[in-house]
Amino acid sequence: MTVTIFVPRDAAALAVGADKVAAAIEKEIAARGVDARIVRNGSRGMLWLEPLVEVRADHGRIAYGPVRPSDVASLFDAGFLEGGAHPLCHGQTHDIPFYASQTRLTFSRCGVTDPLSLDDYRQYRGLTGLEKAISMAPAEIVKEVTDSGLRGRGGAGFPTGIKWKTVMDAAGPQKYIVCNADEGDSATFADRMIMEGDPFVLIEGMAIAGIATGATKGYVYIRSEYPHAIAVMDEAVRIARQEKILGASVLGSAYAFDMEVRSGAGAYVCGEETSLLNSLEGRRGIVRAKPPLPALQGFLGRPTVVNNVMSLASVPVILDRGAGFYRDFGMGRSRGTIPIQIAGNVKHGGLYEVAFGLTLGEIVEKIGGGTASGRPVKAVQVGGPLGAYFPVSMFDTPFDYEAFAARDGLIGHAGITVFDDTVDMLKQARFAMEFCAIESCGKCTPCRIGSTRGVETADKIARGIEPEKNKVLLADLCNTMKFGSLCALGGFTPYPVMSAMTHFPEDFSPAPVVEAAE
Amino acid sequence: MPVPDIDARTLSIVNDLKGLEGPLLPILHEIQAEFGYVPEDCLPIIARELNLSRAEVHGVVTFYHDYRRHPAGRHVLKLCRAEACQSMGSDRLAEKVKALLGIDFHETTGDGAVTLEPVYCLGLCSTAPAAMLDGEVHGRLDDDAIADLVAEARR
Ligand SMILES: Cc1cc2nc3c(=O)[nH]c(=O)nc-3n(C[C@H](O)[C@H](O)[C@H](O)COP(=O)(O)O)c2cc1C
Ligand code: SF4
Ligand code: FES
Repeated sequence: MTVTIFVPRDAAALAVGADKVAAAIEKEIAARGVDARIVRNGSRGMLWLEPLVEVRADHGRIAYGPVRPSDVASLFDAGFLEGGAHPLCHGQTHDIPFYASQTRLTFSRCGVTDPLSLDDYRQYRGLTGLEKAISMAPAEIVKEVTDSGLRGRGGAGFPTGIKWKTVMDAAGPQKYIVCNADEGDSATFADRMIMEGDPFVLIEGMAIAGIATGATKGYVYIRSEYPHAIAVMDEAVRIARQEKILGASVLGSAYAFDMEVRSGAGAYVCGEETSLLNSLEGRRGIVRAKPPLPALQGFLGRPTVVNNVMSLASVPVILDRGAGFYRDFGMGRSRGTIPIQIAGNVKHGGLYEVAFGLTLGEIVEKIGGGTASGRPVKAVQVGGPLGAYFPVSMFDTPFDYEAFAARDGLIGHAGITVFDDTVDMLKQARFAMEFCAIESCGKCTPCRIGSTRGVETADKIARGIEPEKNKVLLADLCNTMKFGSLCALGGFTPYPVMSAMTHFPEDFSPAPVVEAAE
Repeated sequence: MPVPDIDARTLSIVNDLKGLEGPLLPILHEIQAEFGYVPEDCLPIIARELNLSRAEVHGVVTFYHDYRRHPAGRHVLKLCRAEACQSMGSDRLAEKVKALLGIDFHETTGDGAVTLEPVYCLGLCSTAPAAMLDGEVHGRLDDDAIADLVAEARR
């Protein structure tokens, strides 16, 4: 019987040598004349173990990692094709604690299947959500999504069903589904991973959204920093069209839906939905004032659903298993599961999908295993560059939209970056301002000018120039940006800055170096 | 190297893509893929064919970080400067790369071999620090790995 060996093609796995490992395995298969084949799967999300090579044995899949090309011969010698013991062996992939303790709904297939195999997709319940949707009335689909409690995973947490209903009820000769795959936040890679590891689930989710709202055309706007995701999505759309999942008659139904992949051009602000729409139309990615809502006047002025990748990719399982099944996970008004992205200076970095409600400390210490450097954790930034820095004393905060908001933070796209005690929080605050200055779309003054002034002010504090006065000025700038900005780039940059100042005041009082030396 | 016929290629790219809804970014991407940058001479042609003002096209080209107005070096090295990479020492690596290449970000080495650019997250944040060399991704960079990468780019 042919043995199947899985070597991920996920960009993070490639970045740490997966292609070279696959080549080494290929060579070894040929040299030893064994009956084995390689499948390039997505990543299981245990990124500290990448490249994670799996062998499908009689019973389940055995994991080996991180594998370097130079390990491959010894793996064969150890009989890894039969799941043999080896220092890199972690036993059954399913039993690795990081994996076993997850609730994988959106990511159930990611890393398991061949991303571009529709047979694999179907075998693991793919397309059952879309098949159900076709048999339902649009209003029933929208109700199912509303009842599931799904909130937009792109950051703002707006209920997906309500957005869909607005578009469903809007009149227009043409409506659109636009998938926001701009994922510019540091520490987020869930969108990338699903597009590279299970692209059909996004296509299925978009088709369901189209049927529910009456939109017949969809776009996925992927940031140009993700060439691998763009290539996989392009290919998946081609296959889906060929297999009549997309096109004039979706799965043989009376519904039409087709979609296209578009590439961004390196502007963070294009993740903001109205800026994204301008970009898609071929304009500068400048934020539009709301109203009008994109749901009513979006792409080319027509009713448009703009949803994050995770929001859309969570829809198939909701339709398949029912709203109640999904809603039963989570806490408070944060329902279902959330793919937490654990990154930065952390031992076990990766993607961890779980129901809402774990505390930040559990995520960092228990699941993440503390810092990679082995030094104490000092700060954790949650929610990307616009998210607050949390000190260890706030590790009891549960992962829940409201709980984070109550502590002047945000979940955002659920990316968390761990920093050890060598981090300088004044420097991080300065970077937040610098990033805002680089990426500002320029439409409003508090953001455009305030961020540059913020950098200068942080620099003055660092140099010990009137630090008390400049700290007041920095806080005042933050206040102006928070309340005077049109969108969250200028409006939320104060979160990292103020949280750094509030929780790590010692870093904002640099010892007056010159005087001390005298 | 033969001088490419900018006008004819531009017109053909525009004609291929102008049927798209919102064709300007796809056109500019294709032009940059063809020429390695967006030559000034393309702008009036694009403007004319899409019925835009030249200022509008110029405004779009200059808005986005990806579009170059001048040719880059033979290799483009993008170093991630965002938070997760910072937490793993990317600032120090950046200083090292700058010293090895003798240039700052946004510059090209004198021999035209390497252009160094900052990038804010490649989605490789759990395998930080990360970089991209000519579209190929590299993670878990340390002093040795970054020196190898620079040597590879220098070739
Ligand atoms: C500066 C800025 C950047 C954003 N970046 C993204 C992004 O990369 N991906 C995303 O889905 N939403 C992003 N958003 C949020 C979007 O504007 C929008 O809320 C979201 O795409 C809606 O989809 P959802 O309801 O499914 O979350 C960003 C917002 C701002 C202000
Ligand atoms: S806050 Fe900044 S990015 Fe947002 S609209 Fe204003 S200038 Fe543009
Ligand atoms: S922060 Fe560097 S790859 Fe994400």
